[in-house]
Amino acid sequence: MFDVIIVGAGPAGMTAAIYARRASKSVLVLEAKSYGGQIINTPDIENYPVEAHISGFDFATKLYEQAKGLGAEFKFEKAVGLRDENGVKTVVTTKNEYEAKTVILATGSENRKLGVEGEDALVGRGISYCATCDGAFFRKKTVAVVGGGNTALEDALYLADLAEKVYLIHRRDTFRGEDATVQKLAARENVEFVYNSTVTALHAEKRLNAIDVTNKDGSVRTIEVKGLFVAVGRIPENQNFASLVELDPAGYAVAGEDCRTKTPGVFVAGDNRTKNVRQLVTAAADGAVAATAAIAAIADF
Amino acid sequence: MSVIEVTSANFKSEVLESDKPVLVDFNAAWCGPCRMLKPMLDEVAAERDDVKVVSINIDDEDELAEDFDVSAIPCLVLVKNGKEANRSVGLIPKDEILSFIEG
Repeated sequence: MFDVIIVGAGPAGMTAAIYARRASKSVLVLEAKSYGGQIINTPDIENYPVEAHISGFDFATKLYEQAKGLGAEFKFEKAVGLRDENGVKTVVTTKNEYEAKTVILATGSENRKLGVEGEDALVGRGISYCATCDGAFFRKKTVAVVGGGNTALEDALYLADLAEKVYLIHRRDTFRGEDATVQKLAARENVEFVYNSTVTALHAEKRLNAIDVTNKDGSVRTIEVKGLFVAVGRIPENQNFASLVELDPAGYAVAGEDCRTKTPGVFVAGDNRTKNVRQLVTAAADGAVAATAAIAAIADF
Repeated sequence: MSVIEVTSANFKSEVLESDKPVLVDFNAAWCGPCRMLKPMLDEVAAERDDVKVVSINIDDEDELAEDFDVSAIPCLVLVKNGKEANRSVGLIPKDEILSFIEG
């Protein structure tokens, strides 16, 4: 039995691993894909204390080496379930089951999809969820961004520098994102706002050629685009643990700054927790808080 | 074998005319998930004699990326007898790379 099983090897999970190992607890980190989490998509991190510039890849790799160097065990298996039997926690993966005294859920979140027919088949053939990752493929081409938050606005601004034209499609007539960014976009000649509209169909022949956009008034407009950047939010990856952890309507695990859930010995850290600020530094902070609470719970086990 | 760097100059001989299935990795230096994928592809290349693993840098070889309709990386394409047999976009774990090769 492990002292702590951490589900998710992003900044929150790997920071928790460091704290638990420094307290000499046995640690298993389970990760479905690769260590690092979504930060590996960020080319340049400029807001983490001490390092003025570091790539997401380098940040993740250094953090992984630090956790591994302290003796944390990593297994690349997706956790699909969690049980609590008289305090003993069992994490079920696609391959095995592992027992632990405590569990820290640091699963993060994934991109929310549009839910339009044909979307999955066109990912990488015109549809993208990351403008800074894939924008370079659309130099001097026409693209659309869907969404109304800061990510959508910043994606549109980033793409406006590369693409011939950028349509920004939003289902309301005002944006949730910062007004300063909206003003910057309004000043760009190659950005067109498409308000009160949703993407309702994708037209493709091998790759995306055009989209249908339906207005609230019922009118449909077909827009020719080579790229469609989807920025309609993220979905926390808590569904597999809902029996032991309370989820809010958006799917976030309900826990305060102490990272405690309704189940003793089960903690939640990072972006999948209910919180106001989802940043690298707050994910790391959650990792430290959750690990410290887990260490205390192990003493009472 | 190790991973072979492919450009437009050797694409035909290394990929289209290969007698073994070819696992093509479209990538770029600035792409974090591509860098995560790289060591796993190195392992696959070293462990598997029945598959050739090649790397194409999309910044240097934008025409090859265009020919394959690649618009997001990392992008893995399995080429068998000169034809695309499978495709995967995004970072995947090594297990999935191995099952992807079978596809």
